[in-house]
Amino acid sequence: MISTKAKKQIDAWVAKYPEGRQSSAVMEALKIVQAENDNSLTSDSIQAVADYLDMPGIAAAEVATFYENYNHKPVGKYTIRFCHNISCMLNGADDLIAHLEKKIGVKTGDVTPDGLVNVKKVECLGACVGAPMFQIGDQYYENLTADKIDEIVDGLK
Amino acid sequence: MNEVCFKNLDQKDPWSLKTYEANGGYSVWRKILKGELTPEQIIDELKTSGLRGRGGAGFPTGLKWSFMPRNADMQKYVVCNSDEGEPGTCKDRDILRYNPHSVIEGMAIGGFVMNATKGYNYIRGEFMEPFYRFEDALKEAYAAGLLGENLDGSSVSFDLYAHLGAGAYICGEETALLESLEGKKGQPRFKPPFPANIGLFGMPTTINNTESFASVPDILANGGQWFADIGVENSGGCKLFSVTGHVNEPANFEVPMGLPFKDLLEMAGGIREGRTLKAVIPGGSSTPVLTAEAAMAMTMDYDGIEKAGSMLGAGSVIIMDDSTCMVETLTRLAHFYYDESCGQCTPCREGTGWLYRVLKRIMDGNGKADDIDLLMGVQDKIMGNTICALGDAAAMPVESFLRCFREEFEYYIEHGKSMVKG
Repeated sequence: MISTKAKKQIDAWVAKYPEGRQSSAVMEALKIVQAENDNSLTSDSIQAVADYLDMPGIAAAEVATFYENYNHKPVGKYTIRFCHNISCMLNGADDLIAHLEKKIGVKTGDVTPDGLVNVKKVECLGACVGAPMFQIGDQYYENLTADKIDEIVDGLK
Repeated sequence: MNEVCFKNLDQKDPWSLKTYEANGGYSVWRKILKGELTPEQIIDELKTSGLRGRGGAGFPTGLKWSFMPRNADMQKYVVCNSDEGEPGTCKDRDILRYNPHSVIEGMAIGGFVMNATKGYNYIRGEFMEPFYRFEDALKEAYAAGLLGENLDGSSVSFDLYAHLGAGAYICGEETALLESLEGKKGQPRFKPPFPANIGLFGMPTTINNTESFASVPDILANGGQWFADIGVENSGGCKLFSVTGHVNEPANFEVPMGLPFKDLLEMAGGIREGRTLKAVIPGGSSTPVLTAEAAMAMTMDYDGIEKAGSMLGAGSVIIMDDSTCMVETLTRLAHFYYDESCGQCTPCREGTGWLYRVLKRIMDGNGKADDIDLLMGVQDKIMGNTICALGDAAAMPVESFLRCFREEFEYYIEHGKSMVKG
């Protein structure tokens, strides 16, 4: 369920916390396992994380459902996390989200038929001076325009 | 401008140890390692400086540090709150990206003062670029012998780790952050006990904002009075303001406290061509909105913004011009708090849903004549009735939007469409 490589990554996080406090690494452990399993979690993978960190399954499940960064149904290879909060909204985020939905041919929440992309409206990502903006993977894309969005989406493979 | 947290900004590789040290970085830490500074001296300088918590609450940093039971015989912790997520706020991201060593040095100094040998920097999960920068800076600091045990042969030890969040605004609340650091849902704790007594892993803990820690090294290098003199009475020093929304050049500006708002607006390139200023949220989405008139007469310091009818918060200045529909804007903010409420306290969990749904029905053209009274009633029932400040943060925008722009809400309810956008 959890690969050797993932276990190694999780262990590096566990080492940051005092002995017996390995559950502090649960948030990262869930992200690591999610990344290895098509970017979403199942009750089995959550339980596997809990077992690995020697914590109750319900405690890991609480974390997995409380925080926004975890997916519980299939998502695309790339999730475009579009900020629609105030500074981005004032700078036209809603129109750009509509543009993006049209461009990829599916609505927010749905995955493109080829499994490549899905769009998620998210709350403030803390890059308001670069509004409107979205995030793909680790990367922020700021000062977006319709043209810029087209270019970024066309580059996703 | 840009005298403290941003002073490296225009230099080559501003995030590097080399650049940081070329600007006097780690000089205070090295003095501590040589035994030339005492915790008492540092707390006195911080108190003189007038530094107040930059995350939003504005609590005096020196005083906060003095609350820690430094002689208690147990592990103590220093925690940095880099869980920046208040809509309109994006300053800590730039501190972490461009001046991570100032945060490290500030936390190390805090560790020495409070006799805490371990620290965690809680960085929001989406901030991967800032996280990698901070991790690189940690590696540099360890390699240079600035972090670790018995540093430079002294009895001073400090180990520092970066922790990542996973997407929850509430974790910016300090006790929710501690819960999260322990690998749990981010639900705030009752206070008391305060974290200084029972904090992370049940041990004495002090939590400060990124900008607060980043300001500490320069305050101690130049003296508390130097910092106090940059600002105004009751608001020492300079502060980062994120100016966003309907301005020509949105950006972060580190400016002296007490700067007139109109000067800050000008620094951000002013209002866009052909438009006029309509409203300003001066401290992030949780702080009350101000009319253009109130904002233009305001100075950017704790007392100046309070006099204008709002709060300095995290210094997140959201500018709205006359094209803004205030009903739409408030609905978006209400959705945010509804989405981010942790669900622990009934007034917030249920109240934020009520606020959003009533506003949404107004936006959908189904508003009822008494909806404004209903909104006022709901926000009043949330205000002051929850464990943490998220409830108040959800209530304050509602009260202020309805007070300052009531006619727009009445128009929307009566006509089923926006007074501004039609």
